[in-house]
Formats: sequence, C-alpha cells, structure tokens
Amino acid sequence: MATLSVTAAPSAWAGLRNDLIAAAVIAVLGAIGWFVYPDDLAFLTRVIGLAFLVISLDLVTGYCGVATLGHAALFGVGAYAAGNFCLAGVTDPILMLLIGALAGMATGLVSGLLVTRFRGLPQLVLSIAFGQLVAALANKLSSITGGSDGLAGISASPVFGIFNFDMFGRTGYVFSVIVLLITMVVLLRFARSPFALMCRAIKDDTLRTRMIGVSVYPRLVVMYCVAGAVAGLGGALTAINTGVIGLDSVSFERSAEALIMLILGGAGNLWGALIGAILFELFHHYVSAASPFHWMILVGVLLIVVVLFFPKGLVNEVTRRIGDFRQARAAR
Amino acid sequence: MQTILGILPDALAYGMVLFTISIGLSIMMGLMRVVNLAHGAFAMIGGYFASFALTSLGVSYPIAILIAVIGAVVISVPFEFLLYRRIYRRSDELTQILLTIGITFFIVGVANYIFGPTSKPIPLPEMLKGPFDLGFRMIPAHRLFVIGCGVVTAVALWLMIEKTEFGVRLRAAVDNGDMAEALGIRTQIVYSATFALAVGLAAFGGVVGAELLPVEPFYALRYMVTFLVVVSVGGAGSVTGAMAASLLLGLADTTGKYLAPEYGEFFFYVAVIVIVYIFPHGLFGKAH
Repeated sequence: MATLSVTAAPSAWAGLRNDLIAAAVIAVLGAIGWFVYPDDLAFLTRVIGLAFLVISLDLVTGYCGVATLGHAALFGVGAYAAGNFCLAGVTDPILMLLIGALAGMATGLVSGLLVTRFRGLPQLVLSIAFGQLVAALANKLSSITGGSDGLAGISASPVFGIFNFDMFGRTGYVFSVIVLLITMVVLLRFARSPFALMCRAIKDDTLRTRMIGVSVYPRLVVMYCVAGAVAGLGGALTAINTGVIGLDSVSFERSAEALIMLILGGAGNLWGALIGAILFELFHHYVSAASPFHWMILVGVLLIVVVLFFPKGLVNEVTRRIGDFRQARAAR
Repeated sequence: MQTILGILPDALAYGMVLFTISIGLSIMMGLMRVVNLAHGAFAMIGGYFASFALTSLGVSYPIAILIAVIGAVVISVPFEFLLYRRIYRRSDELTQILLTIGITFFIVGVANYIFGPTSKPIPLPEMLKGPFDLGFRMIPAHRLFVIGCGVVTAVALWLMIEKTEFGVRLRAAVDNGDMAEALGIRTQIVYSATFALAVGLAAFGGVVGAELLPVEPFYALRYMVTFLVVVSVGGAGSVTGAMAASLLLGLADTTGKYLAPEYGEFFFYVAVIVIVYIFPHGLFGKAH
C-alpha cells in the first residue's frame, strides 16, 4: 500500500520550511553541476530540460496511474510553439517560457481528453497513437517545424534585458536552474494539495473514489493540463538553450526514455522524477560515448532489474531503507 | 481504377504481414494479459536467423524459415522462464511495458553487438522474385506468397483453437484461468506453449514479411508499437479481430502512403484513434 507523505496537518510554517528545503536542495545540486562540469554546461542544461518532461510524466503516471507512451508530444509542442514565436519576433525568454507552457497545456488538454477516458490497454494505445500522430504532423508541417532538418535559428534576447545567453551556456544554465527551482517548489506544494491527493486516491482505487462522489474524468484531464504546462515549459527551455528543435523532441523514443527515467527514480515522487532524469542522462553520457549498442544492452538490463527488484524506483527505495534504519534505531 | 488496383495488392500484403506477426501477440495478450512490447524483437530474431542461414549457410528458403522459427523459439525460452512468467495476468500495465521495453533494448543491443549495425538482407528464392500474371494484371509473386501465408496461418490457427485438445484448454484458460486450473488444466504449460507459438509466429512473419518490413538493427524499436496497436484495434485474443484490424490498418497505411506519402503514418494512427475510441476493447474483443 502506498503511504502518503502527508501525516500531520500542515501548518503555514511547515509549508514554508518545505519550500525552503526544496529550493536549497536544487540550488546546491545546481552549484554542484556548475563546479563538476564547468565545460559541459550545455549537457546539464539539456538534462534540466528533460527533467521537466519526466516531472510532467510523473504527474500523470506517478500521481494518477495513467500509463502513457506519448508524453513527448506535450514537450515537443511546447518547444515548437516557443521556437516559432521566437522566430516571429517574441524573443523574450520569459514570454517564450509562458508560450511553451500554454502550448503544452493545450496539448495536454487534447491528449488528456483522449487518453484518460479509458484505463488499461485502450488508454496505453491511445496515448501511443496521439504521440505518433503529433510526430507525423511535426514531420509533415515542415513550414512550422522545419521537418527533419529541425527548426533552427532560435535566439532568445537577454533575460530581463540584462543577462545575455553566452556561447558557453552559463546564462542558460543558471536560468534553467532557477526555472527548475521555481517549478519544483510550486509543484511540491501542488503535490500536497487536496487536488493532487485526490488524484493519488484515484490511482490507488478508482472505483472507491468514484463511490465517494469524485468525478474522476475531469480531474484527470485537469491534471493532464498541469502536466502539459510543465512539459511545455521544459520544451521551451530546451528551445531557448539549444536554439534548435529536432523531430526527436516529439519522438516515441523520447516518450519511452522519459518513462524509463521516471521508473528509475521512482514514480509518484517528484524528487524521484528529477533524480531519475539526472541519473539516466549521466549514465547515458558516459556509457553511450563508448558504444550505442552496449548502452542499449545496459539500459535493458538495468530496466529489467529495476522493474523486478526495485519496482518503486531508486529514490523511494533509498528513503524506505533510511526510514527502516531510523525505526530500528528508535526501537533500540 | 489503376491506382486502386495498384494499392490493393500492396495493402493486402502489408495487412497479411501485420496479421502474421501480430496474431501471436494477440493470442498471448488474450490469454496471459501481457502487454508485450518485445514481440517485434522476436520477429527480428527470426529475421536475423533467416538472413544468417540464407547468406552464410546457403540453405534453401523454406529451411531458412524453419531455422528462423526454431531459433527464435529456443532463444525465447529463457526469457519466458525467467521474466515473462512473473508478469502473466497479475501485473499492472506499467510493469509489463517497462519490463518488455527492457527486454527489447537488451535484444536489440545483443543482436547488433553480434551481427553488426547493418541491415540484414533476406534474399528471396527465384520462384518468388518475378511478377505473377493474374490474367488481367501482373503483381509481384512475393505479394501473393505473403497473402497466402497469412491466409494459411489464419486457417491453421482457427482449426487449432476450435478443433484440437490444446485449443479447448487454451479457450478454457482464456475464459477463466482459475477455474481451468481447478479442473485440472495445467495453465502454466498452456501459457508456455502459447508463448512459444506466439514467438514462432512472430519469427515466421518477420521472415516472410521482410520485403515489406525490412530487417534492420532497429527493427524491434521501429515496429515496437505497431503490432501492439494492431492487437488493440482488433481485440486481444481474437483471430477474426486481428485479421480485420490488420487488413483495415494495412489499407489505411498503404493508401495514405500512396496518396499522401509526406504524411507518413498519420492516417494509420488517425484510424487507430477513431477505432479505439469507439471500441475500447477492440473490434472483436471482450472486456475483461
């Protein structure tokens, strides 16, 4: 049985303390990245962009129990929207982020209306079909997506008119970390909200929640919109930082990878999603440099091992171990 | 008219390839309720075996098919024994998806490690190479062969499921696994046999369909969802459903690619969304 992390009635102070801890953790992670990979900030920025996708996926898969293999669509549409507005002259990065989030939200609405209608196999197949549809469209509508060449030439203006996006990606990195920090703090609050807790209840027992009078479908659609906004934010961020959007940002592989990252870290826990994305990408960075096929063998084995032995993900596994340890110490 | 006559044989052949590969998955999903994304990987293994047998061992085409089917089944045994058994019937979709994606990645990685990252040719025998005269029109002999294979597979499966002892046990296990077990049917054996059958059919389909779905290093990833989608549209466990879905989707895809090639798989997936939205359990499926 899944245990909810909310036990005592949260006071305003406890909420603020949680926010501060979360902000501090991300700031420290960001600083570690800055000092450990000073020459590879572009890589880290890419990881942050993907982390948004995985966090977004966590909101629908981890919190609502929706199995989806088409989530990259939300990310990609956000990226393409931000990129097109930038090429049309809206170059302010904050505005681009908002546009990306809105586009992602709209895609999330359509996708959510379609996907959350059903459970099980039809749900999975509809999510796949939606993702593939968006991918086929992205390939076809080359006037707005650049087709297989990608949408290039996106260059955002300085943040607040002051901080220029430099070629070493320093501004991009700091900007991304700050956006991630704000998003995580807001989402962690959101995850403790009655709305998100009800979504968890739907995941654990849909029938029972329906019996106590919860309208399941609209709730899941709303959650999908929120997830779409987060994914779109990540897409826009990636567009701003890399300056080019390829078809891979809406591909099936991207969706599948996001799911793998989520399971690796631990579904149903936003920290799990973030850490899963970081671990997976670090692993990818080192192993696939050696050989792409060794990489596939290793990911396959890793996935099988995690599913069979750590079904709740690495982060949840570690926190459970720590909890057991503490209990054992307290008992002594 | 000319266009229609041009599209139809291709659509029919493509649909039959989809059917031959997907039907094994369909039976497996109907019985074991496993969302198996690694089905294409076993078709790919079959393709690799056939390619190896034809180009390196120089055996004849029918022997190569036999080698491919047996080889794929033999390779699949440890997977069934160690991994698939754990996820029959019980697990949620997410676990099944991830485990089978893991298996697919593993198989793709190993296959490419051993055989290298090049596409694998499966040369056709002379008999199937040329065109075939239907009297009013010439069509490639291979297309006819594929269509024939699909029909034979469908009839053989129908006979097996409806008329044999094994079919009786299979249907009993599909309808109510616990009751079947209580009546003395060893469901585990039925499951294993069905798994082997599914893999064998996948390998068979992978080899005979290689002209339409070429065997290459990322075959298992490229068609990972295609077969699942066909099964879902047709309804898991239904031979009629798989046939209807394969022909329908084969037609949608081939027509789309003929008339508007730049749209890629757009029409295929539009058809999928419409059908699954209206028939969530597939055209001929039953709710579980």
